[in-house]
Amino acid sequence: MTTSPSASRLRVLLRLPVWLWLGAFFLVPFVITLKISLSEPATAMPPYLPVLDWRGGAGDWSDFLRALNFENYVTLATDALYRDAALTSLAYALAATAILAGIATPLAYAIARSPAARQPLLVALVVVPFWTSFLIRVYAWIAILKPEGLLNLGLLRLGLIAQPLEILNTPAAVLIGLVYAYLPFMVLPLYAVLSRLDPALREAAADLGASPTRVFWTVTLPLALPGLLAGAALCFIPMVGEFVIPDLLGGSETLMLGRVLWSEFFTNRDWPLASAVAILLLILVVGPVVLFRDAAAEAASGEGAP
Amino acid sequence: MSAPLLRLENLTKRFGAGTAVDAVSLDLAASEFFCLLGPSGCGKSTLLRLIAGFEAPSSGAIRLGDQDLAALPAHRRPVNMMFQSYALFPHMSVGRNVAYGLDGLVAGRAATAERVAALLRLVRLEGFADRAPATLSGGQRQRVALARALAREPRVLLLDEPMAALDRTLREETQAELRALQRRLATTFVVVTHDPAEAMTLADRIGVMDRGRLVQVGRPADLYRRPATRFVAGLLGDVNLIPGRLGAEEPGPHRGVESVVGPLLARAPDAPLSAGADIVLAVRPEDLSLSGEGVPGTLVEETFLGDRTRRVVRLADGTCLRATTAPGEGAPAVGEAVAVRFAPDAATILPA
Repeated sequence: MTTSPSASRLRVLLRLPVWLWLGAFFLVPFVITLKISLSEPATAMPPYLPVLDWRGGAGDWSDFLRALNFENYVTLATDALYRDAALTSLAYALAATAILAGIATPLAYAIARSPAARQPLLVALVVVPFWTSFLIRVYAWIAILKPEGLLNLGLLRLGLIAQPLEILNTPAAVLIGLVYAYLPFMVLPLYAVLSRLDPALREAAADLGASPTRVFWTVTLPLALPGLLAGAALCFIPMVGEFVIPDLLGGSETLMLGRVLWSEFFTNRDWPLASAVAILLLILVVGPVVLFRDAAAEAASGEGAP
Repeated sequence: MSAPLLRLENLTKRFGAGTAVDAVSLDLAASEFFCLLGPSGCGKSTLLRLIAGFEAPSSGAIRLGDQDLAALPAHRRPVNMMFQSYALFPHMSVGRNVAYGLDGLVAGRAATAERVAALLRLVRLEGFADRAPATLSGGQRQRVALARALAREPRVLLLDEPMAALDRTLREETQAELRALQRRLATTFVVVTHDPAEAMTLADRIGVMDRGRLVQVGRPADLYRRPATRFVAGLLGDVNLIPGRLGAEEPGPHRGVESVVGPLLARAPDAPLSAGADIVLAVRPEDLSLSGEGVPGTLVEETFLGDRTRRVVRLADGTCLRATTAPGEGAPAVGEAVAVRFAPDAATILPA
């Protein structure tokens, strides 16, 4: 099919909002952050040097460029604090994603297999927590997990434990918070894929002698993979940079990039270093996104037409 | 018939308030080709799914030989199903689709590959083992589904509308192939279809279903010639229905009928019907003759159909009858007076 000039012009026009959006809200802030990350902290307003003077001539420009350096990135690379924070963030995000996959898959599967009339209600119940402020829900977890909280109270009453469990301010509390907060993002894409699976495929597998377990592992799960990967990407990426949950539920020793960034920015007023952390975070997240995208594309192509 | 292979006893399936399958009893012989025929929603697919094990019967029994099938889950039943949508696993190659059912049956990779190759040869798809189902044509996909369903050498093969997704020329070709394949394998085939021509082409016996009930079972010719109900008569082909009242019982193979077009003679009914009962006479258009003595009428319409001509005759009381005859007879022209008659043996008396 050949495209007429007006059609191609229309296509450019349709793409324009996307590029404008990405340019205004991603590219420009990214360039500004990148520039700040190459600057030095200063006791000034804004608290970094050099500041670009737009009216300056070519000399000012070269002075400005010469003043930029990679000092902050050297700090990030050499100081164990930042390396540990990055690794911890990745580890938390990975562990939480794995737990989420383990919980969300059977949950989404159960919803997709329940009577069609009941499915909208069940999906709505998964999303219902979003109607309450995120912060309030995290505070509620504090009330549940603290030593004299609901969980310990219940377990003590039941006689299952003699001493209150120390959960709050531990990695376990952070994982609980992450899994809780991100569960809908994992369930919904999985449900979307599972509910569209032709039930005849499962029946055909059973008809060919496969036990329910084998049907799940050889037919249902492979065909749900695109949903699982989409959910994993939706959860993993924001969890790497998560700040509120580790800050409220984790102990003071819970070192995640989001917290490090926050303290560099607000406590130390070191904008350049905070910016460098932000750029590092972006790199940590973009890598997996590209991997996820390739894997998802592969899974999708295996399913559809060649 | 020798001891039946598959026996359905009073099989009933209710969904909520509706009854999809209503007290169906049926015996199938080994290596029989059986067709379940009926309009959509008549319960034929549900009956197939009951045999396969995807639905549990509300009551009744399913026996295969001396085995109670209803007690087994779908994956333990020695029957296999070919799905209307084919239900090929999109994430597996053709070869792996066919091999799926061989897991645990055939030991070793080499033996499995050999078996898969043999099955693909059976459906004339040699060399397709590494293709993805999505790259195949509809006809090829259908044959993969058939090979996959045959892989476990089922005692009974269930086929749900196997030709529904094929275009007409391919359908006729495939029907002949399926018939030949069934003869060769001597496996019992149960095909569900809504197409009477397909059922008559394929089946040794046809079971006609209507609103959950199995209304008549028999060889295609018997069903066509001696339908048990108006529904069966109309389903299997065009038929003239002449309402009337049953005459008094008399000896011999025939029975008089006081019909709306006058007194007629028909084959004595199979079902016990009392004299004076409201009935209809079913006469196939090809059994009507427009020459000689008969009920007088006027030829009102003539349609040339190539191998035959269809004529419509209006009788004195306004009843219109369709008659098909070989073309080229020195037949009357439209508007002329004709006389319609038929042999008593060609007329079936059915309850009104």
